[in-house]
Amino acid sequence: MGLMDLIKSFSMESNFVKIIIIDRLGKEHHLEAPTDMNMNLMELCKSYELPVEGTCGGMAMCASCQIYIESNHVSLERSKDEQAMLDEAWNVQENSRLGCQIKLTTQLNGLIVKLAPETATDEDW
Amino acid sequence: MIKTDIIIIGAGPVGLFTVFEAGLLKLKCHLIDSLAEPGGQCSEIYPKKPIYDIPGHPSILAGDLVKNLMEQIKPFKPGFTLGEAASKIEKSEDNQFVVTTKLGTKHMAPVVAIAGGLGVFIPRKPPITNLLDYENKGVAYIVKDPEIYRNKKIVISGGGDSALDWALFFANNFSSKVTLIHRSQSFRAHLDSVQQAMNMAEKEKINLMLDSEVIGLDGYNKLEKITVKNKSHEEIVIETDYWLPLFGLTPKLGPIANWGLEIEKNAIVVNNATDYSTNIDGIYAIGDVNTYPGKLKLILCGFHEATIMTQAAFKKIHPNKKNVLKYTTVSGVNGFD
Repeated sequence: MGLMDLIKSFSMESNFVKIIIIDRLGKEHHLEAPTDMNMNLMELCKSYELPVEGTCGGMAMCASCQIYIESNHVSLERSKDEQAMLDEAWNVQENSRLGCQIKLTTQLNGLIVKLAPETATDEDW
Repeated sequence: MIKTDIIIIGAGPVGLFTVFEAGLLKLKCHLIDSLAEPGGQCSEIYPKKPIYDIPGHPSILAGDLVKNLMEQIKPFKPGFTLGEAASKIEKSEDNQFVVTTKLGTKHMAPVVAIAGGLGVFIPRKPPITNLLDYENKGVAYIVKDPEIYRNKKIVISGGGDSALDWALFFANNFSSKVTLIHRSQSFRAHLDSVQQAMNMAEKEKINLMLDSEVIGLDGYNKLEKITVKNKSHEEIVIETDYWLPLFGLTPKLGPIANWGLEIEKNAIVVNNATDYSTNIDGIYAIGDVNTYPGKLKLILCGFHEATIMTQAAFKKIHPNKKNVLKYTTVSGVNGFD
């Protein structure tokens, strides 16, 4: 089954949406995401133990949850804090967002996102 | 050699509160932290953010929580080794732990409490292909000794407080030629320092390049030139002695990972049923750095873990001494002279 067929096959259960996360190795993860738990995309990734750090806990203060939006379910408009953080992050593209700033809602059914590369650190410090 | 009863690695809220609980049991503590200020993430990442789940505080700013904890532990006169990451742990002949920092400061105690949170905060590096060639040859991620930048040409990148603060410091105090480069028009730093930087740019005391970023480094044996690209894709080459990419810090578990402790998912496995002890007798792990079934990474849970752990530490240090749980309402807080 092709990706688009799969998305179309997703059911619209009231409190769950299906979201596809493509990890840094290109592997697709088809996740069931609750929409009534006040969760965001960063938290969803962590709850499925995907390699997303979310260091700051979701305050748009670290950019470790940068993702690329690969479908048109989410606006690419960023808040001021989110924009400021992305201004200091790398590998930023037009479709970059911080996962922690995207709330899980019913509109996201079928959303496809890709994890941005991890940032290198100065291990010698 | 610094000698104490409990060496606490990590001066975040949980490490700080450990001093209080240990103090009630007449145990002395010494804290080691890689950051220059106590408070851990609360000071480094979100000092101005309110926390709503500290019991008894409907809302408290993270920075104020740290300030209050420092006040609370004052009677117990803890020692601090700040700005130095704990890098090595050894056992002495008399079965004590010796913890050595990266700068070589040695600490000795019968008990070690690791309250290291997410780990050591280390600088984030920009992805530039030949960056490694110029590290310590003109490129530095933190300012260790400001003096070396006196009367030099310096380029600073970043939009947060450290980038702005250092740019202002060098331009104001040293007759250094400072260029500040930021990828957008707006900054994350405090409004005051942004305004000051703008004013200095107008007076040509700082060369401010907005909507720009450094994309290339060049020089023979040391940094001599950098290439800056702006939003209109123009490339400008600037001569410089130093480039300081100040893009903030991110935590990594760091040297602790190589101490022989059982690690699972980047955290230290502890025995939560008893006392948060690790697989090494005498080393405990509390707060965000540990893991056990049902673990919650919350400051309030870390406070509980610290309290339980200090009781176990007391028994470890004084195996034959009687001790009962004291209520502060009854006994008050009797500090050390």
